[in-house]
Amino acid sequence: MKQLKLDDLNKIVDQELEFGQAYNYRINVCCSTSCVSLGSLKVLKAFEDAIKEFGVENECKVARTGCIGACSVGPTVLIEPGDYAYSNVTPEKVRQIVRDHIVLDLPIRDMLYESGTFFQKQHRLVLRNAGKIDPGRIQDYICVGGYGALCKVLTNMAPQGVINEVLASGLRGRGGAGFPTGQKWRLVARAVNTPKYIVANLDEGDPGVYANRSLAEADPHAIIEGMLIAAYAVGAEKGYIYIRSEYPLAVQTLQKALAQAKAMSLLGSNVFETPFKFDIELRLGAGAFVAGEETAILASVEGKRAMPRPRPPYPANMGLWGKPTLIQNVETLANIPLIVQNGSAWFAKTGMTKCSGTKCFSLTGKIANPGIIEVPMGMSLREVVFDIGGGVPGGKQFKAVLIGGPSGGCLPEQLLETAIDYDSLLKVGAIMGSGGIVVLDEDDCMVDTARYFTEFCVDESCGRCTPCRAGLPRMLEVFNRITHGQGELTDIGTLEKASVFIRDVSLCGLGQTAPNPVITTLRYFKNEYISHITEHKCEAGKCYTSRYNKEEPA
Amino acid sequence: MLHVTLQQGGASINPNNVRLRINGSEVAVPEGTTILKAAALNGVEIPTLCEIEGLTPYGGCRLCIVEVSGTSKLFPACTTPAAQGMEVTTQSPKLYEYRKMVLQTLLAERTHICAVCVANEHCELQANANNHGVDHVMYERNWSCESIDSSHEFLVIDRNRCILCTRCIRVCDQIEGAHTLDLKFRSKSTNVIMDQDQNWGQAMSCTSCRKCAKVCPVGAIYIENENIEFTKDRDIAAFLSKRRRRSR
Repeated sequence: MKQLKLDDLNKIVDQELEFGQAYNYRINVCCSTSCVSLGSLKVLKAFEDAIKEFGVENECKVARTGCIGACSVGPTVLIEPGDYAYSNVTPEKVRQIVRDHIVLDLPIRDMLYESGTFFQKQHRLVLRNAGKIDPGRIQDYICVGGYGALCKVLTNMAPQGVINEVLASGLRGRGGAGFPTGQKWRLVARAVNTPKYIVANLDEGDPGVYANRSLAEADPHAIIEGMLIAAYAVGAEKGYIYIRSEYPLAVQTLQKALAQAKAMSLLGSNVFETPFKFDIELRLGAGAFVAGEETAILASVEGKRAMPRPRPPYPANMGLWGKPTLIQNVETLANIPLIVQNGSAWFAKTGMTKCSGTKCFSLTGKIANPGIIEVPMGMSLREVVFDIGGGVPGGKQFKAVLIGGPSGGCLPEQLLETAIDYDSLLKVGAIMGSGGIVVLDEDDCMVDTARYFTEFCVDESCGRCTPCRAGLPRMLEVFNRITHGQGELTDIGTLEKASVFIRDVSLCGLGQTAPNPVITTLRYFKNEYISHITEHKCEAGKCYTSRYNKEEPA
Repeated sequence: MLHVTLQQGGASINPNNVRLRINGSEVAVPEGTTILKAAALNGVEIPTLCEIEGLTPYGGCRLCIVEVSGTSKLFPACTTPAAQGMEVTTQSPKLYEYRKMVLQTLLAERTHICAVCVANEHCELQANANNHGVDHVMYERNWSCESIDSSHEFLVIDRNRCILCTRCIRVCDQIEGAHTLDLKFRSKSTNVIMDQDQNWGQAMSCTSCRKCAKVCPVGAIYIENENIEFTKDRDIAAFLSKRRRRSR
């Protein structure tokens, strides 16, 4: 096929717009994993049937799209123009929606999603296209300006210029550690060895976190374009997207997107008639949580056991097969086209000075509006939990918020004013992590929560370093004693000592952050530990302590 | 690494040397030398378990952690290269405490009973524990029931004594070139296996070279009816790799 030019992109946009103008309405049916499990494919079929039945197939287009974020009220349907979001749509309701909304132009107020400030308080950059474009059609992505940024860097910018732009934007890695993206690019670009590689990290293993999956299912081309731009900037020839095999729909979506990009010569050699060449391959994970760690992912891509190795040497110098490798989270990569298109100054306006842009979170737990959200950096946790999330449902008392997945920290109510950015969270003992916020209410026991996450990390330890492999199980034993009413007050000291040891001495991020839930619950909820031990009482009723008498231990 | 021993005398005059401080005294070593090696060259001993000369460093046991000024992070001396201007501390109350905990967690992890172990008094874990004053284990002991494999003609593996230092795996792969041994599973179920998790007697790739038994720091791999004193040879990997380089 002949090489694509910017004119060709514009032609596709014109064609699509012309095509789109024929339609008055566009019905976007969410077909991401959570909505599909609630039957959105049947809803999609019902819409297609209904518009035929009413004879309006020339007036409206039914599209299968990604997630708009309101996962608790799925299947969701977004009707444009006007962005009317219908929630809990069933095939039975479809006829009524088509009749009233499309034929009579009367949106059905009762069926619209009562979101409060769920959408208003969000700031969607990475998820800009989620729920609005069909992830299975590259034309849809091109139509919203997609691959324009790639064309711009290939034809008008030097690699160093791209790196400077990313540096100036203040973008930091969204994988959790928050290393400045521009600096990482500069390191890889300066490395002398060739070939260079890029690895996009989509190994999202934290329990209850699915923000990256949602992104891949809704807008795969944004990830691919980000990777292409990064490849041009650092001089890489080959990229790998490392994705969990537990995400079949995301794998399928990405495979399709890669095939389309290849067919349009956006991947391969001579992209946009320039000497630039780049190819992307998918690599599927085999289910290890630790494979998301920077050096373990490299081992896994190479086909080895996913085990982290000590740094230095850093992957920027010695990564895949000993060659310089850039490892970025997919969310970071999806930010890149925006920075290139709109400039670093525009991007830096969002968020905070030292920490610009937005962050996607999956908001789960005891919350009224769970789902995928994207908020500007620096927003307070209170705003996220109560304004976007709608607070704790059922009139229950809020207790804590766990931010950062199984290795994050549990923060109590008095710390809800904490701003969401890397440094503020670190200060209070939590981490940004891969973007999970779990809300806990009065029915949750903090000792049991810490025990659960310790158990998770015990199972997921790779087995390499002593503190994580041999130390974490000892902590779990102490927890099991406490939650079975056999704890002693000295156990608190043992836990404190062991958690600091594991944090300081472990090899990789998994071990270093695994004690965070223990450290933070000991810091903010110590009275719960004490009441478990001395009074054998679990106020939330989660632990066995209260069921046993002092005389007859389990 | 190759040049380390050759240049020992005139190390400080080489322009490619990096200068650093170890426990306050300034030393110069060739670029790329690990902190552990730099310390050893200058008479500073750092306790190790998984490290063994002649094989790639593993960084797993965490016994050789050292403090580097300017960061609160601790670094394993066996894998961290010495860098210009680094100030390394190899002994401190904190490090001593952490090393003690490493040894205690190792002792609690599996069934380590010195009195009935073939490697008693010839065990690096035991020696390190003695050196660090580990007279008790502060954790509940996990009496493991891992499998013992004596199907091989003379090599025996008792996984209950294994500390997963992977010396055997590395020597089998890097020196013998057989790669019979490797790890399976993760977390506390991690174990050393032969070929596709077969009995050792059925492992076709095993050349019965005994190197795994020679480098095992504990009594996990040993040779039946042979005095462990004669089996153990901590220098075998370094000796063979040096000889091979010379003959090339």
